[in-house]
Amino acid sequence: MSLLHLVVLAPFILALLVPFLYKYIRQVHTGWFVMILPLTLFIYLIQFLPNISRGETIFYQQPWVPSLGINFDIYLDGLSLLFGLLITGIGTLVVLYSIYYLYNKQKEALNNFYVYLLMFMGAMLGVVLSDNLMTLYIFWELTSLASSLLIAYWFHKERSRYGAQKSMLITVAGGLTMLAGFSLLFVMTNTFSIREIIAQADVIITNPLFIPAMLCVLAGAFTKSAQFPFHIWLPDAMEAPTPVSAYLHSATMVKAGIYLVARLTPVFGAAPQWFWIVSGFGIFTLLWGSVSAIRQKDLKAILAFSTISQLGLIMALLGLGSAAFHYDVAVVGTLYYTATLAAVFHLINHATFKGSLFMIVGIVDHETGTRDIRKLGGLMTIMPITFTVALIGTLSMAGVPPFNGFLSKEMFFTAAVNATTLDIFNMQTFGLIFPIFAWIASIFTFGYCMLMFVRTFLGNFKPEKLEKEVHEAPIGLLIPPIVLASLVVIFGLFPNLLAYSIIEPTMASILPGVLAEGERFYVNIYHWHGFNIELFMTMGVVVFGALIFLNLKKWSETAFFLKERDPLNWVYDNSLVWLVSGSLKVTNMQMTGLLRDYFVFMSVFIVGLMGYTMVKYNTFAIDLINVADIPPYIFIIIFVLIATTVALPFISHRVTAIVATGILGFIVALLFVVFRAPDLALTQLLVETVMVVLFLLAFYHLPELRKEKFTPRFRFTNLVVSIGVGLVVTLTALSVHAMSYSHPIQSISDYYVQNAYELAAGKNIVNVILVDFRGVDTMLEIVVLGIAALAIVVLIRLRMTGSEDV
Amino acid sequence: MLEISLNIALIIMSMSIFVCFIRIVKGPTMSDRVVALDTIGITLIGIIGIIMIIQNTLAYAEVILVIAILAFIGTIALAKFIEGGVIFDRDRN
Repeated sequence: MSLLHLVVLAPFILALLVPFLYKYIRQVHTGWFVMILPLTLFIYLIQFLPNISRGETIFYQQPWVPSLGINFDIYLDGLSLLFGLLITGIGTLVVLYSIYYLYNKQKEALNNFYVYLLMFMGAMLGVVLSDNLMTLYIFWELTSLASSLLIAYWFHKERSRYGAQKSMLITVAGGLTMLAGFSLLFVMTNTFSIREIIAQADVIITNPLFIPAMLCVLAGAFTKSAQFPFHIWLPDAMEAPTPVSAYLHSATMVKAGIYLVARLTPVFGAAPQWFWIVSGFGIFTLLWGSVSAIRQKDLKAILAFSTISQLGLIMALLGLGSAAFHYDVAVVGTLYYTATLAAVFHLINHATFKGSLFMIVGIVDHETGTRDIRKLGGLMTIMPITFTVALIGTLSMAGVPPFNGFLSKEMFFTAAVNATTLDIFNMQTFGLIFPIFAWIASIFTFGYCMLMFVRTFLGNFKPEKLEKEVHEAPIGLLIPPIVLASLVVIFGLFPNLLAYSIIEPTMASILPGVLAEGERFYVNIYHWHGFNIELFMTMGVVVFGALIFLNLKKWSETAFFLKERDPLNWVYDNSLVWLVSGSLKVTNMQMTGLLRDYFVFMSVFIVGLMGYTMVKYNTFAIDLINVADIPPYIFIIIFVLIATTVALPFISHRVTAIVATGILGFIVALLFVVFRAPDLALTQLLVETVMVVLFLLAFYHLPELRKEKFTPRFRFTNLVVSIGVGLVVTLTALSVHAMSYSHPIQSISDYYVQNAYELAAGKNIVNVILVDFRGVDTMLEIVVLGIAALAIVVLIRLRMTGSEDV
Repeated sequence: MLEISLNIALIIMSMSIFVCFIRIVKGPTMSDRVVALDTIGITLIGIIGIIMIIQNTLAYAEVILVIAILAFIGTIALAKFIEGGVIFDRDRN
């Protein structure tokens, strides 16, 4: 155990204490106690920054289930540290924000909220710090669970429960698929340690399980990171309280998939399939999200689709970045890792500006009582600080200089344009989609940024549509977005603060082995890089984005624009309905409630299984050696036996049927005599007589109405099934007989014959076996009889009154 | 010689069981069936006796006794069933 282990476990430990703090220290808002923890963790983690930026990595072991290779190992490198800082840093701000957002200590269930939030924080830290895939998976599912709990925080609202269920179903389905992928990785490499798997990357890529493992892992990453078509849960997750949306659904949890893709790029990145799937899904998600965002009327929904589209952007860049594995950097220069650089940089930028924007939306919601852009407007003079922060955030998101969004957008364009020059994987023909999609998506991004900003803060103030007296937010609500916005400005003006401290080590962990020993990635982010194609693309984005926004009135009436819900929700909702109705149908089909049907199922299954086994293994055989002679009278007895059996189903008189059954029993007793089994014959006779008497007793009590009117009904299925059962059992018996001679096995009966008198002092071998050699069976059969007798007494004497079910 | 005659006797007795069985199936009244069942029991006693001669054993003597008792008890039970529909009387006096 090290302090880094404690970093992961501390939130869970604090979560245990939160209910006590909430219950016993009511006068202080519980959030203040909670806030200390992420702040401490942030300060602790930031101390690793100098070491990490020198290229060091930190690894601590902690065995957990060593026999299965599952260890709670902590590995800290650039990528983990970046995520760790994001989680703890934004976590601190979000907790601070939530203190003022959920200000009503009496009305809000703060204990629940902070327990869930801390659970999420710990799980998220576990995801990014774990070196073991199984540990990672456990924390991964914990984030899904905590996320669902947080979405359904106001569980009395139906939409919240719907959103929680949806996100749970989608992310857990993806998580389980990912578990399959991890298992396949284990099968290929015999280890769960990510570092050891990366070390074996060149072996894995030739393995036939490579593609299935890759697809399974990507399913987990794509569902978590809301990539198309799994993005539909994210807009519905906006029913959560705004701090949750800001924290989980913009800055941290949805980036877990990004983290996983970045972390496993060294394993899978060399495959062309990886390049195409990751970058293809990413670029399409980018376009889909930005186009969908512009149709929304709710501020949080706009931000949700915006998050989807920005995540797609990062994902696409990670995919493009994997092309670096195919080139010798020393030869072709720095061209191909620009994409990875842009991905890491935009990851940081997105966390800052999206977090602040969510908080701004929360403030607007808090102060005006609505998030609907049709009701809002003209808040600029009323809420000046909020306005300023929102301006910075939106401009950064839209990609306008001098904010950090501009820098990452420029780099994104560079990477997309570079993608067309790649001479691998048919990029000459298809490569053009990257810059085109990127450009169109950026235009729409610019459009929805303007829409969001202008509709909220500019235009006319409409107090008649608002329920509250509008005024500026309290300072506590404003501090977190101000901090984030200042980071946006700082990173925008001085991007190289980040360059070698965190971006370069992160790139080194995403693309290990690309550079020669001792070399470092060249990271230099700058605003002005001359009149090149990226600059013209940005100009085009601004011009066309503004055009889209200015003409919004014209096409806001079109069907495309009015349809707010994502069309893929139709698929999700209906497949849930189909799943329920389909399984109901299947259940109703087989669970008829009729014993007759269940017997048919069982018999058909037995016949099928036995028949199939016989055919498959060719075990059917008839062997007539060692067959005894049959005296002529036996033929007649057997004939009577058969005749009685065949006649039985056709007898329509109940008592006759009972008597016929009695004859069957007598004949069986006779057969026992013929085959020299006097004890059996005795018992058989007695039992048969008692049975006949019992049958008569039972039939006497049948209801009056149907008495004596019994006619056996004919069913073709029953005939077929019964013939099948008889046939299969007969064939099996014949085969067993034949086999027992072709594979002779010594019978143990000789032992009993020889030792019955000597060891057990009895001449009746059957009885000696029953009470001496195998006495335990007899004892238990006596117990069975005793239980049956007791049960009969209970059934008769203790009949429940007024109930049918006894 | 003895062997052959014993076998012939067995065949005849088996056919007698079959004939009784036909009576049980057809028997217009309940009493016909009960009498047929009783006859089958007695015939079984005969068959078992002959089998004891063939197999040269005394092991089935108990079986014969039991069948004799059971045939009696069974016939009584069925007769009571036909008579009153009740086999065991509730009145213990």
